[in-house]
Amino acid sequence: MGYQHTVRHHTYKFADLKILLAKATPYRSGDALAGVAAQSAEERVSAQMALANVPLKNFLNEAVIPYEDDEITRLIMDGHSAAALYPISHFTVGELRDWLLSEQTDGPTLEKLTNGFTPEMLAAVSKLMRNQDLIAVAKKREVVTRFRNTIGLKGRLATRLQPNHPTDDPKGIAASMIDGLLYGSGDAVIGVNPATDNAGTIANILNLIDEVRQRFEIPTQSCVLSHITTTLDLVNRKAPVDLCFQSIGGTEKTNTSFGVNLSLIAEAYEATLALDRGTIGNNVMYFETGQGSSLSANAHHGVDQQTCEVRAYALARKFKPMLVNTVVGFIGPEYLYDGKQIIRAALEDHFCGKLMGLPMGVDACYTNHAEADQDDMDNLTTLLGVAGCNFIICVPGADDIMLNYQSASFHDALYLRQTLGLRPAPEFEAWLMRQGITDEHGQLSALKQKEIWQNFDRLWIK
Amino acid sequence: MDKIKRYTPPSTDPWLPLQEFTQARIALGRTGSSLPTEQLLHFNMAHAHARDAVYAELAVDKLTDDLKVFELVILQVKSMSANRAQYLQRPDLGRLLHPTSAEILTPYGEHPADISIIIADGLSASGINHHTAPLLNKLIPLLQAQGLVIGPICLAEQARVALADHIGHALQAKLTIILIGERPGLSAADSVGSYLTYAPRPGLTDDARNCVSNIRPGGLSYKMGAQKISYLVQQAFSRQLSGVGLKDEEGLIER
Repeated sequence: MGYQHTVRHHTYKFADLKILLAKATPYRSGDALAGVAAQSAEERVSAQMALANVPLKNFLNEAVIPYEDDEITRLIMDGHSAAALYPISHFTVGELRDWLLSEQTDGPTLEKLTNGFTPEMLAAVSKLMRNQDLIAVAKKREVVTRFRNTIGLKGRLATRLQPNHPTDDPKGIAASMIDGLLYGSGDAVIGVNPATDNAGTIANILNLIDEVRQRFEIPTQSCVLSHITTTLDLVNRKAPVDLCFQSIGGTEKTNTSFGVNLSLIAEAYEATLALDRGTIGNNVMYFETGQGSSLSANAHHGVDQQTCEVRAYALARKFKPMLVNTVVGFIGPEYLYDGKQIIRAALEDHFCGKLMGLPMGVDACYTNHAEADQDDMDNLTTLLGVAGCNFIICVPGADDIMLNYQSASFHDALYLRQTLGLRPAPEFEAWLMRQGITDEHGQLSALKQKEIWQNFDRLWIK
Repeated sequence: MDKIKRYTPPSTDPWLPLQEFTQARIALGRTGSSLPTEQLLHFNMAHAHARDAVYAELAVDKLTDDLKVFELVILQVKSMSANRAQYLQRPDLGRLLHPTSAEILTPYGEHPADISIIIADGLSASGINHHTAPLLNKLIPLLQAQGLVIGPICLAEQARVALADHIGHALQAKLTIILIGERPGLSAADSVGSYLTYAPRPGLTDDARNCVSNIRPGGLSYKMGAQKISYLVQQAFSRQLSGVGLKDEEGLIER
């Protein structure tokens, strides 16, 4: 089925929904690399105008990747709730945007629609939205998850403390972890990217974090972000696995390149759930995503990178994750060239993730070959704070010495909390105050830091 | 209003001793919730080095001079990527040989050598400009000691790793070694990576290569790097393959 738009006597034709979505996407290098981007600014806006008139119902009849070829498409179509969509099923994409932004549309209403939205519908509407729109609507949608603490409440901003070390040295990891905790980070998760996928090494890191957590009674969860098969192995050996991690993408072929599929993730989910380690909730999964992964794996089927990204969220939401974050600027300038593209992509991912019902966080990050710097990340984290992002990733001094990229720092999280009046997860906030790390206003207590460190120091000497 | 007393926040925290265990930027101190000026500027300088490295150009004259000592033909080639901005956004073009470069190489293919060495800017020409000569000083004698004939050395601009496949194929080399600038990090902006490929030809993927990375003083030393590469070359020739099949034994020369 074709789509078209005429402007100044020229008719732009778009052969199908997949092409229309790609051409309507705000410019980014990855879509140009894939050869699916609009050829001119006029063609892009023409595609957006055509897209605005597409009825939401079309998205249920026209798959961007054929049903027979892709298990993510099957998951999307089979899992769709017509009943949930019913109240707005007569809308077009353009009408959906207007309605999302209107005063009458609130969080609880959006929550009821969650299973009525398909990834492609949300990708479509996001392409018609400005950064401001993406922030305003995402802010309405609260997604709350629980394990040992509560993440995603309004007015809260959590952080993943990411104490990576190039050789997985336990003391090196512990040093960064203590630094982060003393700066008030770590409520979303204490999560390490291991340098190797060796099960023994990973078990050691898990035990290390678990020991610190128990010793200081920290109400948080831990994760070592190994491949899901390694985690499954460790779960079966009763290692202290709180959250089970996996990188995922929005096409079956992308996930094949990651060495995973739906049934493997389902198996790991059930196994992790059975450990029953959560104290106040049982959200046990942690997923990372990022625009460009499907193109990178040559598995995009001609679908634009943002639509592929939202399709990954359909996979994520099936497993009621504790945390999901896009690693937005990590993939490199051939997918997102500069600060402007990274910021836009992060806001799209956060918006689409939230409306899909995901506890969406963002790794506000960039590599040194991207046209971006700390100023861009300041802009992005501030916007995310305003948008009600569940959590951001934090590394010491914004410099990840293992993955060789820059993310946010513990300082950045403090800045956001102070400037925007955001607070840590309630259980973690209470712990920070009990320890004397922060005072009742959320300020670090300078006078007590030395004393607290000495407390940690004892652990160290042991 | 009276003069306000200077405020110099400590550029450190009480847990500074933990720096012994990691290169991570811990115990930086703070003013309010921000970095003290000293720490901020340290970070900016590290990023400046990384950015300069990405935009650095291959020092063709200096390298040509440095490499004279080996008495090998030195050729200058380039990819289909016209400039840095395009190089960064279109990695596919950095993997294709420019037709004028193909013309330069083809005649040498009539007298094939065993090994073709390619010196490529990659994402850090700084690293390549600094480390190529001292690394080759260690490596070339090791290769020659194996009785291998080394063909022309190619200096390649705007190059990605797979450009070596086209170069090696045009030169009819049995194996290529490409030294290429790695993506700069904040701690090191001058790391050199080395990839070797047996029976190079267009269309190969990364699983056909072996990699020795992080070659730089402070990382993998020139001597160790050269030994690792030389060992892999020896294995590749004896088993007539490279890539995943060789991978397992890489650890053998760690000692």
